[in-house]
Amino acid sequence: MTTLDTPQDGNRLIRLLKLAGKQSSIWILLAFILIALIFTVMRPEAFATQFNWTNIAINASILLILAVGQTFVIATSGIDLSVGSVLVFASVIATQSTLTLGELLGDPESVVAVVGGLIAGLIAGALWGVFNGVLIAVAKVPPLIVTLGSMGMAMGFAQIITGGNDLRGLPTSLTQTVGSGRLFGVIPYLVIIAALIAVLSALVLNTTRFGRYTLAIGSDEEASRRNGLPVRLHLIKVYALSGLLAGLAGWLSVARFGATTINGHSAENLDTIAAVVLGGTSLFGGVASIFGTVVGVFIPTVLKNGFTIIGIEPFWQNVAVGAVLIAAVYYDQRRRKARSRR
Amino acid sequence: MAETAPGTAKPLLEARGVVKRYGHVEALGGADFTVYPGEVVSLIGDNGAGKSTLVKILSGAVQRDGGELLLDGEEIHPKSPVDVQNLGIETVYQDLALAPELSASANLYLGRELMKPAPLGWFGALDNKRMLAEAMQNFTRLGVNLRDPRTAVANLSGGQRQSVAVARAAVWATKLIMLDEPTAALGVEQTRRVLDLIRRVSESGIAVVLISHNMPDVLAVSDRIEVLRLGKRVAQFTAGHVKSDDLISAMTGAATFEGTK
Repeated sequence: MTTLDTPQDGNRLIRLLKLAGKQSSIWILLAFILIALIFTVMRPEAFATQFNWTNIAINASILLILAVGQTFVIATSGIDLSVGSVLVFASVIATQSTLTLGELLGDPESVVAVVGGLIAGLIAGALWGVFNGVLIAVAKVPPLIVTLGSMGMAMGFAQIITGGNDLRGLPTSLTQTVGSGRLFGVIPYLVIIAALIAVLSALVLNTTRFGRYTLAIGSDEEASRRNGLPVRLHLIKVYALSGLLAGLAGWLSVARFGATTINGHSAENLDTIAAVVLGGTSLFGGVASIFGTVVGVFIPTVLKNGFTIIGIEPFWQNVAVGAVLIAAVYYDQRRRKARSRR
Repeated sequence: MAETAPGTAKPLLEARGVVKRYGHVEALGGADFTVYPGEVVSLIGDNGAGKSTLVKILSGAVQRDGGELLLDGEEIHPKSPVDVQNLGIETVYQDLALAPELSASANLYLGRELMKPAPLGWFGALDNKRMLAEAMQNFTRLGVNLRDPRTAVANLSGGQRQSVAVARAAVWATKLIMLDEPTAALGVEQTRRVLDLIRRVSESGIAVVLISHNMPDVLAVSDRIEVLRLGKRVAQFTAGHVKSDDLISAMTGAATFEGTK
């Protein structure tokens, strides 16, 4: 037997390019650039403007935060259908907390009330995540069923608390800063927060033990257990992270709209799953890309925006994304089969 | 390894009269098994002889109902596979327990990751560079031939995967590794490589227990062979003095052997 080939630095660029070619996130990025180019060529004056792109980014930012949590969950070969409902539940809790705190402090614009609302929303979201995680990891109920159940429950509780009517009257100290404020008057804070979350979570996924365990469990749960990984605890943490991010998204949502939007989030679970899978994260677990998820979130948003601008009914966006989603999963499955034949 | 022949060295691991029952079924009825330091010992037996039950007990996956387990002459009562791993004993099961989407080097360190020093380490940052470098050293030392240890295990051949699993056990074991049917799914050339690897591991001073159905493999690599039949040890052989027919006779009960031949 011979020694290992030492990877040579001279071949690094070629290796990197080869590696990139194998990552489905590169293909989806190319598809995204192509879509953007087509719209740009057709209506440059309307599509390729700073105003339009800022709008696209704002529309994508809250969905991106949910999709980041979904990426971790799907990386463990799980699924979280509850993200949209947890967002609504957390937004109700955050709003109610801010309003109540404002009343108690005698100052509805109080920053303490705003921050209190954030904390309450984060806790509410994380608790739903822990609820999901415990049922999945300890009680061994399939993730699809657990999160389908908690999707209904979180929405139900949100409606019970509010009587089905959206809560209003959030202070401008929230809506005009985080909600619609812009750094140097240019970059919306919503976009900055979403970008920070994406960068941070990409680091966590790719360079930390938390990320490594997430991928290992998704790759082979039994093997992970036998190698001494704390599989149950880790799964609970991953679902808690998804819930926590849904809580943050709920708070950002009320900051943006100045009110809860109880009936506006029913499609977000499927939108995030589509984004994650489009981005090259495998539904079967073990392979995940936050960068891919970012692109995956932008594709439907840009399609909807572009169709509207060039005068096609935006409903076509649903058709296009649905078709690409099925193709992406088909490709992923083929890749797996080809490999297991070795 | 002549210097560790039975009778001249103290056993590393010894099972004495181990009993295991599953309901009314007695899987092990007072089974004995001995491993000497640094040797390759094969544990053979027909289906249902109790090999896998014995290995599960030795690896801590299952707890015995009776009998003694001695490591370096001291009785041990492992409650879990982690307990046994902490004693320096690693087991490679048939399904290998690898995470296929992770790289060979990540698998080598799965559950035992090296972390970056203080400030970054607090946030759980992995020291991938050091893990890769040390993984390459270990693969080279053990003669595991991978083009690039950064490749996902799923992209390796069956023999390479087996070698990665054995290498992982060899890296973390300080005393003993147990292999359950390591060559069952492999071709001729891949089998030869895994057997070479087993010899290298034993040359590095770590004892190897090989559970196998394949008599040529057993004869090719073992220092000693112990035979289980119906939950008891029925024969012990020293390699070099034994033929495949003797082993099969002992396994099937066609011939009885008094103690060590």
